[in-house]
Amino acid sequence: MNELPQQLVNGLLLGSMYGLVAIGYTMVYGIVQLINFAHGEIFMTGAFGALTVYVYILPDGTSMWVALPLMLIGAILVSVTVAVGAERFAYRPLRTAPRLAPLITAIGLSLALQQAVWAWYPQAKSARTFPTIPGGPFNIGNVTIQTGDIFLVAAAPLSMAFLAYFVMRTRTGRGMQATAQDPDTAKLMGVNTDRIIVIAFALGAAFAAVGGVAYGLKYGQIDFKMGFLLGLKAFTAAVLGGIGNIYGAMLGGLVLGVAEALSTAYISNIPGMDKFGSQSWADVWAFVLLILVLLFRPQGLLGERVADRA
Amino acid sequence: MRQRSLIAITAALAAGALTLTACGSRDSGDKGSDSGKGGGTTVTIGVDAPLTGDLSALGLGIKNSVDLAVNTANKQNLVKGVTFKISAKDDQAQPSSGQQNATAFVGDSSVLGVVGPLNSSVAQSMQKVFDDNKLVEVSPANTSPDLTQGTNWQTTKQRPYKSYFRTATTDAIQGPFAAQYIYNKAKKTKVFVIDDKKTYGAGLAKTFTDEFTKLGGKVVGTEHINPDTKDFSAVATKVKNSGAEVVYYGGEYPQAGPLSKQIKSAGANIPLIGGDGIYDPTFIKLAGTAATGDFATSVGAPVETLASAKEFVANYKAAGYKDEYAAYGGYSYDSAWAIIEAVKKVVDDNGGKLPSDARAKVTAAVQNVSFDGVTGKVSFDQYGDATNKQLTVYSVAGGAWKAVESGTYNGG
Repeated sequence: MNELPQQLVNGLLLGSMYGLVAIGYTMVYGIVQLINFAHGEIFMTGAFGALTVYVYILPDGTSMWVALPLMLIGAILVSVTVAVGAERFAYRPLRTAPRLAPLITAIGLSLALQQAVWAWYPQAKSARTFPTIPGGPFNIGNVTIQTGDIFLVAAAPLSMAFLAYFVMRTRTGRGMQATAQDPDTAKLMGVNTDRIIVIAFALGAAFAAVGGVAYGLKYGQIDFKMGFLLGLKAFTAAVLGGIGNIYGAMLGGLVLGVAEALSTAYISNIPGMDKFGSQSWADVWAFVLLILVLLFRPQGLLGERVADRA
Repeated sequence: MRQRSLIAITAALAAGALTLTACGSRDSGDKGSDSGKGGGTTVTIGVDAPLTGDLSALGLGIKNSVDLAVNTANKQNLVKGVTFKISAKDDQAQPSSGQQNATAFVGDSSVLGVVGPLNSSVAQSMQKVFDDNKLVEVSPANTSPDLTQGTNWQTTKQRPYKSYFRTATTDAIQGPFAAQYIYNKAKKTKVFVIDDKKTYGAGLAKTFTDEFTKLGGKVVGTEHINPDTKDFSAVATKVKNSGAEVVYYGGEYPQAGPLSKQIKSAGANIPLIGGDGIYDPTFIKLAGTAATGDFATSVGAPVETLASAKEFVANYKAAGYKDEYAAYGGYSYDSAWAIIEAVKKVVDDNGGKLPSDARAKVTAAVQNVSFDGVTGKVSFDQYGDATNKQLTVYSVAGGAWKAVESGTYNGG
């Protein structure tokens, strides 16, 4: 049986999740030139927010069709609160400081959030099971799609469409573009840049929350460490696509996901490469790809502005 | 002014993060040492296990079982003039943390023996530290053959460290035992072998593969996974297309659960079998209904069925520990008891007092202990391995592990 279509779908699904989280990295970077390394933890707290709604707020046995929208709202509320709080108390005071200071704060914040969930969330010291969408898998030709993945299939394009509309068509969105281009001039033109920055953080967090729910539904479990590796991959996706470019983030995520799936499936078939083809090498190939792109196209796949802003 | 407030906030955050980490490990570290009786000498038994993180279910079971052994010895006043207490340290399943803990135990002169660790890879980093200081280490869970028989154990067995013992049996026995069950009893001939590249997982996968191919079975595919990720969809697709009848996984339950689930949801309705590292209720929790029909081998006979273990199970329940005794509870109790018996012998031989070179004497005494423990007869061979080489195959049915068959591995 030809497994290529299935592996492509596997990669695209994984990549959509990277993309959802990568948007947060790229938006924040585009506007304040800050790499928010705590973004992976914002994704993680979102997933825990959704779990809280399901386990501790809704009555037992609530249908997933009712529960899922509420879980999404819970996830977004938690993620946005954490992100806006982080912006207000951890990043804003450092906005005029040298670039290194907020970067270090971000790493500290990332650890603090992980440990906070570890210490205070009930039974979060090891993985917690996440509710799943009932119903069997769907077969389209040779390709199997899980019910948990249906959410991702729907959520990723919808989120992107919403984001494109928001950034391109609304007043606030244009304010974001202006701030990204030149914060000082934007301020002179009457754009409330502080507000724009908060909105960028909040919007990025909302997408991360959607990603967090998708992760829970896909794997059926969440844990306090889940944001670290996924955050790192999402950051890589953002750089791959061209950091600062929201479409680039999604594209970078998809490319990264597909690269991982295909490297796991096919590299071991290449003569002499059988040692380097297993899933434990997937990360290596993902980063090789990143290095190749950066060597030949330093601004990333879709990036444009990096050179003049750096 | 601005700069100063920045520094203050950064420092506060960093300090916050650090204290949280520190608090965590201290919190979960020093419980259960409430057995002070006053007077006499206090002997500390160290416990090194993953008390936090993915493998904490197993680690906490180890810690509590040692605590129970120590409390029982104190209650019976087993060694006159000596009060035992435990000191538990968290290794987070990391070799580096394990080595730090080993150094700390060595530095505490009241520590006369250590129970642990859970992971073979962690044990590798601790053995030399203990051996240099003649401090005895008894692991309830390590199964890598290298630890007791040297890296060339398949050709020439040589014991690398005289202070290392274990009550669990080794992968040299566990892997082939699983292979024999799968080939002879379950009648499966095509296997897909997956491991996590760690000392334990890779070793187990290798001993399984060797025996399985020797019996006439066929390996239709191999894969190595990265234990940090949860996405095994690409691997699951390969398994499905390989035509395998069974998957052997060398590794631990945090990965095995999701792996089993993803293999089944990819459409390959075949059982997964693993070693004692997946024999834990958490595996079933993580895999959900996909776990039904999966297998695990584990060391020893099921604790609940042994007469010697009934008392342990009852006492464990009575002590009111929050966590289960898990896969290694009985072995941890026996490991601690081996140290306690050794201390008793050393104290008795020295006229009721601890000698000045107590550590070396206790290590020598552990080599010769022999008693009826929770898991059966406890004694050690010339390599420090348990002489009790019983194993059991378990299968998931109705959301719990059920023993299928116990036995000892024959041939090799």
